[in-house]
Amino acid sequence: MAWAAASKLANNFLFPGPLDVAEALARSARNGVLFRALAKTTTRLLLGYSASLVGGVALGVSLARVRALRDTLGVLVLGLQAIPSVCWMPVALLAFGLNERAIFSVVVLGSMLSVSIATESAVRNVQPIIVRAAATMGATGWTLWRRVMLPAALPGIVSGARLGWTFAWRSLMAAELLFVSGGLGQVLEQGRELYDMAQVLGVVLVIVTFGLLSEALLFARIERSMRLRWGIER
Amino acid sequence: MLLGEHTAARASAPSCDDGSGPIIALRGVGKSFVDAEGRSTIALEPVDIDVRRGEFLCLVGPSGCGKSTILNLVAGLEAPTHGTIAIRGEPVKGPGPDRTVMFQEAALFPWLTVLENVLFPLQVARVAKAEALSRAERYLRMVHLWKFRDARPHELSGGMKQRAALARSLVIEPEILLMDEPFGALDAQTADLLHAELETIWRETRKTVVFVTHNPREAVRLGDRVIVLGTRPGRVKRVVSIDLPRPRDQEQRDVALLAAVLRNELKSEIEKVLREEVDDGWRPAQEPVRPGPDRGLGGGI
Repeated sequence: MAWAAASKLANNFLFPGPLDVAEALARSARNGVLFRALAKTTTRLLLGYSASLVGGVALGVSLARVRALRDTLGVLVLGLQAIPSVCWMPVALLAFGLNERAIFSVVVLGSMLSVSIATESAVRNVQPIIVRAAATMGATGWTLWRRVMLPAALPGIVSGARLGWTFAWRSLMAAELLFVSGGLGQVLEQGRELYDMAQVLGVVLVIVTFGLLSEALLFARIERSMRLRWGIER
Repeated sequence: MLLGEHTAARASAPSCDDGSGPIIALRGVGKSFVDAEGRSTIALEPVDIDVRRGEFLCLVGPSGCGKSTILNLVAGLEAPTHGTIAIRGEPVKGPGPDRTVMFQEAALFPWLTVLENVLFPLQVARVAKAEALSRAERYLRMVHLWKFRDARPHELSGGMKQRAALARSLVIEPEILLMDEPFGALDAQTADLLHAELETIWRETRKTVVFVTHNPREAVRLGDRVIVLGTRPGRVKRVVSIDLPRPRDQEQRDVALLAAVLRNELKSEIEKVLREEVDDGWRPAQEPVRPGPDRGLGGGI
């Protein structure tokens, strides 16, 4: 209501009211632009995110396990993690050209390292008594990792995965804005070029909704049910 | 005679064994650690300990006496700096299914239910599913937790957690049960109850038990034999046979008297620890026991 009133008062094309935004959204939904863009973005996100989950957990476990790796690669991972993912874009463009592989690599580079750092610390924080108990029961090697270390580290890994999800999402938006290659980012960019603030705000609204839904429906639920089960919270 | 005493340095079992030799044999076993600055600390001076098959042996001593070290060495979780450890004549190379360990913390896996926790060692050992389930049920019933099989560890009380850990230790049917202050964190009543249960289970299953504690009363309550360890460095100070009839009671007069003897033995050791751990203002308390030839060393029994 306040938004509608303020926009009426401002009476400026840079400040559309909620009705204008809804109309813009409905328009792009009718002609299918919105859904095509959403589908493309979601596909990229899921591809890039699953790759960074697998890669991040594997890298994190190796870092936790091999000291030599931790002393060398670990420093590099921390350093690379500090780089905003947008900075990878020139690198990716030069390496792969203007295509899906460039976008994919930016998403992976943007989110994998946070997953691996969380995994590493989760694995190293597994209580020594748990490991000792497992050892006395004959769990070694792969069995120890699959049946004890990973489940014990899971709460930490899931927190990292949650963080990785938001990083993947941000990297993808940045990449789509600059690459102009379909997806929500392009719709956003189009709105900018056409001075269509209603469309820009509409897409932002979609992005916010998407983020909130994935957070509330997926990660918050997984994390809570796991923390309840592990007895970390009641 | 109440105190069947052997020489202090050699804690070997009496020779009236069944001839098959000790199940656990420590020969000149010692352990030292090297810290970050390269200084070497002796945690355990070389000791000889024999444990008979089916014996309930208690190791009692103050902190830093190496009692947990001895247990970890027998468990195969650590390697001795010198000496040899043999189980049924075979040298210990690492943890094995013939020995399980119970710690002061239950160390149950929080992501598994009680039943799944007890099944875990069987699954690692690839025991067939039906057989594993029936064994898990038997031992969970033995510790009176079958009703709580679907509970998660965080839903259990401290005593229930230790019962579950006991079932998990027993389920692969090891010959030797190693216990590192398993009831040390429990309240007195719960510990009392678990002492009785452990005694019953031990009599039924005829396991060999090595039980580490800092509490002389607990050692006398449970043990066939008690080894008193000295500290800084850890070493065997005295070996006492407990020839009291079972089942015993913590409050029993004989138990209390024997425990008092052991406590006296430990006193100078505990003072040694305190002197290192508190500042210079601390002085040991005056001897409260009337000095004399009859210090109540079980003489009146």
